[in-house]
Parts: sequence; structure tokens; C-alpha cells
Amino acid sequence: MLNYIWLGMIVIGFVVGIINGRIEAVTQAAIDSAGKAVELCIALLGIMCMWTGLMSVAEKSGLIQYIAKIVRPVLRFLFPDVPKRHAAMGAIVMNLVANMLGLGNAATPLGLKAMAELQKLNPRKDTATDSMSMFLVLNTSALQLIPASVIAIRAAANSANPAEIIGTVWVASICATIGGIVAAKLLAAFYKAGL
Amino acid sequence: MSIIKFLSAYAVPAMFLVILCTGLYKNVKIYDIFIEGAKEGITTVVRIMPVLVGLLVAVGVFRASGALDLLIYATKPLASLVGIPAEAMPLVLMRPISGSASLAIVSDILKVHGPDSFVGRVVSTMMGSTETIFYTLSVYFGSVGIKNIRYTLIAALIADTISIVVSVWICALVFGR
Repeated sequence: MLNYIWLGMIVIGFVVGIINGRIEAVTQAAIDSAGKAVELCIALLGIMCMWTGLMSVAEKSGLIQYIAKIVRPVLRFLFPDVPKRHAAMGAIVMNLVANMLGLGNAATPLGLKAMAELQKLNPRKDTATDSMSMFLVLNTSALQLIPASVIAIRAAANSANPAEIIGTVWVASICATIGGIVAAKLLAAFYKAGL
Repeated sequence: MSIIKFLSAYAVPAMFLVILCTGLYKNVKIYDIFIEGAKEGITTVVRIMPVLVGLLVAVGVFRASGALDLLIYATKPLASLVGIPAEAMPLVLMRPISGSASLAIVSDILKVHGPDSFVGRVVSTMMGSTETIFYTLSVYFGSVGIKNIRYTLIAALIADTISIVVSVWICALVFGR
């Protein structure tokens, strides 16, 4: 599916660019974006190594397994095909916690670690498992306790109460997470049935 | 609120201390294992680099050409049907694709309509309760070489749509239109 979306964005982009007479700006955007992607990776490299390093200490000392044990009942429901003591459980939990606290720098490395662990359990290496889908749905819909960047730009725009949207953000996030879980579970059942 | 701020500030130092002290207590060679684990980070970043290049190029082309503006214009009637303010549509469409561009859009809307207007509160709530789905899916699946993502995008977009609709609804309920 990503294949078609990607192709569609590029083809439509260039065609619309030609019609609008913006083709030079479009070419420039393509070249700049490629450079920006690599800059982003370099910025990510150090933080990534720091967190994967710290996570392997947490894993070797049994801490992750301990945390995973506490939240096991919820995880059993969400990720039925991940074994109880598997490292994937720990990484998933740590990623979701980092997400909630708005620690974007920590969340991405932990999330990628979780994907690597889930991939070890995957019998078909090029196809997403139900657990991977569930994990990503949770990850993209999950609650952020303090939406810091939004509050910051509201303050910058001279809001009388920049943080007043925290409550509405929570309600919207929680509804999205519940809806996402239901959707992922139902779709998993449909796909299993071969529909 | 101050409790949550406190948690955010101390979360990272606390993670370091708790993890390293537990390692020490369990007689794990913490430094050696840290270095060994840090190597994994390099492999992961190298794997996601081509994914990011592909994604950012597509987004850059789509935006710079004006195709995104066209899409926003075309979907406005549909939006008003569900009750989403027309001014919020650029954000609704940009949010799954690019986080920084979305933040720029929100910032612009707040400047034009005011942060304490109905639209201002709605876009703030949407921004805080949604994620850059395309970016996250591409990077996460790309890092392990998954090609067939099955229903993941559909489920994530369902969650995204719910948070958009609920954002409008809850803001009307809490703050009034």
C-alpha cells in the first residue's frame, strides 16, 4: 500500500508542478528533502545509540522483564502472539511510556527496538504481524500527557490560557486509542478470515 | 499539572539511574553491555536512512508543487459535512504526513484566528492528539524490512479520524463554538 501512496505523491506532485509552472521549485524541494533526510539521521544517530545501549543494560539486568510482568494482563490481550518473557514486551512498554511523557527522543529508539524484537517472532519477514500493527496503532494514537509543542505555540500566539487544551487533547487521544485498538482487532480477524 | 511537569523533567535521569543501578546490583557488566547495545543503534539508523530519504522527497515534491493545496481545496465540502471547520482542513491532511509542517500550519491558524477562538482550540487539540502516521509507519516498518504492512495504515487512519472528529466535538462541548 505504501508503494502506491509513495508513487502517487511523486507522480501527482510532478504533474501538478508542471501545470502550476512550479517545476523548478519542485525539483529543488526533492533535492533539499533528500539532504534533510540524511541530516535527520545524523542527528538521530547519537541518541539512538545511547538508548539502545541503555536498553540492553536494562534487559540484561532483568528490569524490562520485571516491568513487562506488571502490565502483562493488558499486554496479553493486545499482543496475544508475543511470548510472556520476550524482550519485545519490555521494549513496547518502554516506548509507550516514553510516548506518554512526550520524550520523543527516547520513544523512537525504543520503538525501533520493539520492532526489531517483534520481527524476530515474525515467520514471514516481509509481512507485518498482528502484533506489529497493534503496536503501531497504539504508538500513533497514544496519549501524550503534556502536548508541549502545542502549548508552546499557543503561548507564543498570546493565548490567555495556553494549557487549557490539555483536557480536550486527553479526551480525543483516549477515544482514538480505544477506536484504534478495536479497529486493529477487527481488521486482524477479517484478514485472518481471508477477506 | 506540576506533577506531570516534574515527571517529564525527571523521567530520563530516573531511567538512567534505575537501569544502571539495577544492572550493578545484578552484577551485570554495565559498561561493556552498554557499548555492545549502542552498536545496535548504528545498524538501525543506517537501515532507516533510505526510508527517510524516500519519504521526505515524496512529501517535499507533493507540497512544493501545490498538489497538497489542491487536495485541501477539494476536500473542504466533505469536511463541512462532518462539522470540521474549513480552516482546519490543511492541518487534517498534513498531520499524518509531516509533523513540522503541521506545527507550522497550527501556528499560522493561531496567528490568523487567535489561539482562544473555536478554530484555534480545535486545531490545538487535533495537533496534540494525533501523530505523523506516514512517517512513523515508514520508519518503523522500514527499519525491519517489512514490505507488506497489511491493515496497519487503515487502522491507524481510523484512529486518526476518530481523534479529528472528537477534537471538534469536545471543543464545542467544553469551550462552546
